Order: sequence, then structure tokens, then C-alpha cells
Amino acid sequence: MSALLEAERLRFAYGPRPVLDDVSFAIGPGELVGVIGPNGAGKTTLVRLLAGVLAPASGSIRLAERPLSEYRRRDVARRLAVVPQDAHVDFPFTALEVVLMGRAAHLPPLGFPRARDLAVARAAMQRLEVAHLEDRALDRVSGGERQRVLLARALAQEPDLLLLDEPTTHLDLRHQAGIHEVLGELSRSRGTAVLSVLHDLNLAAMYCDRLILLAAGRVLRVGTPSQVLTAEALGAAYRTQVYVGPNDATGSLVVLPLVRRRG
Amino acid sequence: MTLRPPYLTARRLAATTAVLAALLLLSIAGAMLVGPVRASVWRALTDAESTDHVILFRTRLPRVLLGAVVGGSLGASGAALQALLANPLACPHLLGISGGAAVGGVVALIAGAEAISFVVPLAAFAGALFAIGVVYLCARAGGRSTPYALLLVGVVFNVLASAAIMLINVIASYSQAHGVLFWLMGSLSGQSWQLIAAAAAYALAGLAWLAAHAQDLNLLATGEEGAAQLGVDVERARRAIFVAASLLVGAAVSVSGMISFVGLIVPHLIRLVLGADHRLLLPASFLGGAAFLVWADALARTALAPAELPVGVVTALLGGPFFLFLLRRELARAAS
Repeated sequence: MSALLEAERLRFAYGPRPVLDDVSFAIGPGELVGVIGPNGAGKTTLVRLLAGVLAPASGSIRLAERPLSEYRRRDVARRLAVVPQDAHVDFPFTALEVVLMGRAAHLPPLGFPRARDLAVARAAMQRLEVAHLEDRALDRVSGGERQRVLLARALAQEPDLLLLDEPTTHLDLRHQAGIHEVLGELSRSRGTAVLSVLHDLNLAAMYCDRLILLAAGRVLRVGTPSQVLTAEALGAAYRTQVYVGPNDATGSLVVLPLVRRRG
Repeated sequence: MTLRPPYLTARRLAATTAVLAALLLLSIAGAMLVGPVRASVWRALTDAESTDHVILFRTRLPRVLLGAVVGGSLGASGAALQALLANPLACPHLLGISGGAAVGGVVALIAGAEAISFVVPLAAFAGALFAIGVVYLCARAGGRSTPYALLLVGVVFNVLASAAIMLINVIASYSQAHGVLFWLMGSLSGQSWQLIAAAAAYALAGLAWLAAHAQDLNLLATGEEGAAQLGVDVERARRAIFVAASLLVGAAVSVSGMISFVGLIVPHLIRLVLGADHRLLLPASFLGGAAFLVWADALARTALAPAELPVGVVTALLGGPFFLFLLRRELARAAS
């Protein structure tokens, strides 16, 4: 199986201190990969590098076996979609207009959406339960609704690879589960690979095929959730005591920080 | 607003643009009839030697058409700058871009370029382009320009521009200085047909260039990083939009001086009614801005008749409070 995305010895710095150092991994088609790690570990920077918004100081990123830097932006947008942590839109675009922006790279520069583009956009909105917001202005919906609209926009790009930066920050439990079900289904039916920065280690344990544990800009561990989510590795990365036990409902793992109570 | 369908179709674009163009034509015709002196349309049309003809077709028509070109340029450039900076408070005047264009124009005027119609707009264009570049580079941080940074940089740039103009004025002769002052206050009167034609050519070139980037502007309005991820070559698009917006601002400032807030008010109102898609917003802001300034100027020449207000005073008195209202709303949203 050839890799869809390969990162090799990535290094990046905002100033003298490196944010990422010697980061290497590969993602194959259909894989669900989670990126975990403490605050400031370089997770968001990694997403921006992989999206081609930042250029690495050294190292290489290959998308479908071609260096990412050689692609035109339009061609990247047809293969790779990004869902940001949060995006304020200060203009009254309707939710459907925003989702249709995901089709821009598939259309000629001034092209109006064709029947197929509309169908793809509306199907994505249906999947994420935002179809009813179609004619609502995006600056007038809640944070969770906006996040789902932006995810629908990424799905409308019909990418081979989805990059998500904490996709569930603003979402309630039902929608957290819903989004991961949608992502899982995409990976099975279309072979879409997903790389997702996750704050919630329990979600990471349940939904990901593989995890990348970052700490201080370096890869501490890569592997299946049971290989990465150990009390020892997490304790070292997060610098706190962690409980890792079985999740009886799903067969995956449960991770909890250990809080000592006095008395 | 739910008055509009959830996305723009080619048909709605064509129909809406046609309606707005018709409204502009009506405004031009209507505003020609407004003025301190009453003139008979019938006599003006039938007798080319009559005073009525002179008033309507040699005094008012050029002025009204110039108002349309200037208003349209400011409206469309405002819409484009707001999208480019992902900031609804951007406008060529507040960003100091009109100031930059004015410096360019004043230098050309003092150098005696008045005789050659297309040189003043060209100099104003160069000044606008320089200003856009400086303000943009100074106000940007992390791929986004906050309202705070933009306004501050714009204010500073405007102060610099006025100082430069005052300096030039001191050096220039008295009669030149008087002309410059009148021009700066924002006036649409007494321009030649050649200058109007030159400004219109610059403005339409700028508008066409912007319109070619309408989809890029849609994506840029949601943020530069997002636009790149959706397939926009941000660097290229930004350069093109800078040049096109400078053409528009240069065209406007070179023939009318400093007219503020049109580029802020008009795109806002159009967005409220017609939505944010720039394929429609750009032509609609041009046509709407044209009609707006045509009527603002009609007000300027009648409000204190027989005395005449510079139209820049009218737009500033209307736009200032509107801007404060928008700023309040923006700050409240940022705080929440």
C-alpha cells in the first residue's frame, strides 16, 4: 500500500525555538489517524504544515508521492481539505454558500455551481445535520453549527485526505459522536484518510486506527491506540499521572488524569 | 435575511444587475433635474442654444456622470478591500488609500499635469497602490488584520498623507494651493469631459479586473488561510486585487478629491439585501455606489442653495455615524 501522505523529518520554528523537530510519519488511504499531545506540542503547526499553509524549515511532505510544494493550490484543494479549529466569518454568506465554497477548486474560476456541485454540498450538509441552516447567514449561527458547516465544506471538496484541528471543540456529545461516525463511514466507503488533532483522548482511543503522540515538537510514540495510550507514555508527554483502563462498552481504552484529593 | 435564495445563480446575477443598472439610469436622469435653478427639460432638448440646455447638459450632466463614476469606484473598491482583508470595516478612505491617492494626485496637479487628462488618475493610482501596500503590511498579523490594527494604521497613514499634502501646498504657489484645497474637500463640479472619460476608463478597467477575481474574494472573505486551503493562490490574487482596487480609488480621487465612507456604507447595505457573494456584490456595489453618490451630490448642491456643499461633507456626515454604529457592533461581537 503506497502512502497518501508522507512527512519526513519535518522541522519548523517560529523564531529560534523549534516548534516541530524531526517529525516523520505516513498515512495510507482510509486510515483514521489521531494527533494527540499536550498544549504547545506543535499539533496545530503540524496541521498547517501538512495543509501547505506553512512551509517546513527542513524535511519534506509528499502528497500522493509528489512533493506538496510542487502542487498548485487548486490541485491541493481537490485532494486535501482542512477544517480549522474555528473560523469567524464576518460576512453574511449563507451556510450553503459556504459549503459550496468547497467546490471552488472543482469549478472554473467564475463558474456557478452545477447540479452535481449542489448535490454534493447538500449531501454533506445532510450528513452533518446542518441542512436546515441552508439559507441562514453563517455569522448568525452557533459555534457548534458553524463548526459542522465548515466540516460540511471540507466534505464538499471530496478530498482524499481530511485534516481536522480539534473538530469537536464546540460540539455536544451527540455531535461529537456523530462527526466521528461520519468520518469513519467516509473512510470505509470512499477510502478517505483522516488526520485529526484530538484533545479528547477517550475519543482518540475509540475512533482512531493509529495515534501520533507529540510532546515538545517531537514524536514521542506512533502506533495503535493500545500501543500509544499507556500510563507511562502519557505520563511523560503530559507530565501528570494518568489512569489508563479498559472501556467496557467499546473494548477500547479509557484515559483519565489522576487528581489527588486531600484527606 | 431570508428574502434571498441560499445561493447565487447566473440568472439572479443578470436580473439583479439589470435592475440596478436601470435604477442608476433613473437616478442619473432624476438628479439632473435637481439643482438650485429650475430648468425646462423640453426647452433643453429642443433648443441647444437655450440656458436650459446649458444648465442640464453642460453643467449638470457631466457632474452627475462624474458622481456615478466616483461613487461606483468607491463602492466596488470598498467591497473588494473588505473581502481581501476579511474585515467589514475596511474602506479606501479609512485605510488611508484615498490619502495615498490624493498625495499622488496633488503631486501631479502641482507638476502641471492637469492639461493631460490621464496623468492625474495615473499618479493617483500609483499613490493608492503604495498606500495599500504599506497599510496592508503594517496591519497584518498571523494572516489576518484586526479592525483595531487596520484603523490605527489607516489613521496614521492619513495623517502622514495630509502632512505631505500640506507640505506640498506650502511649497506651491497661492493659486495652485487654492485649487488643491478645493479638490481635496471632495467636489464633483467643473470637470472636463476628457477627464470624466479618463476616470471612467480607469474605473471600468478596475471593476472588470476585480470581477474576474470575484470567487477568490468570496474565499478570501472567510480568511486568507481558509482561502488557500480551498484552492486560492493567495499571493497572486492579493496582488491583482491591490492593483484593481488602486485603479478604482485612483480614478475616484483624481477627479473628485477625498470623498469618504461611500466604500463603507454601500457594500454593507448591498450585502444586507442581496447577500455576500462577490460575483453580485461587486457590480451591485458599483451601481449602488454610483446611485448613492449621484443623490448625495444632488443634496450637496441644494441643501444650502444657493451656496454649495462639497459632496465629501455630505457623505462624511452620513457615513460617520454609520461607521460608529458598525464599529460598536463589531466590538460587541469581538467581546462576546
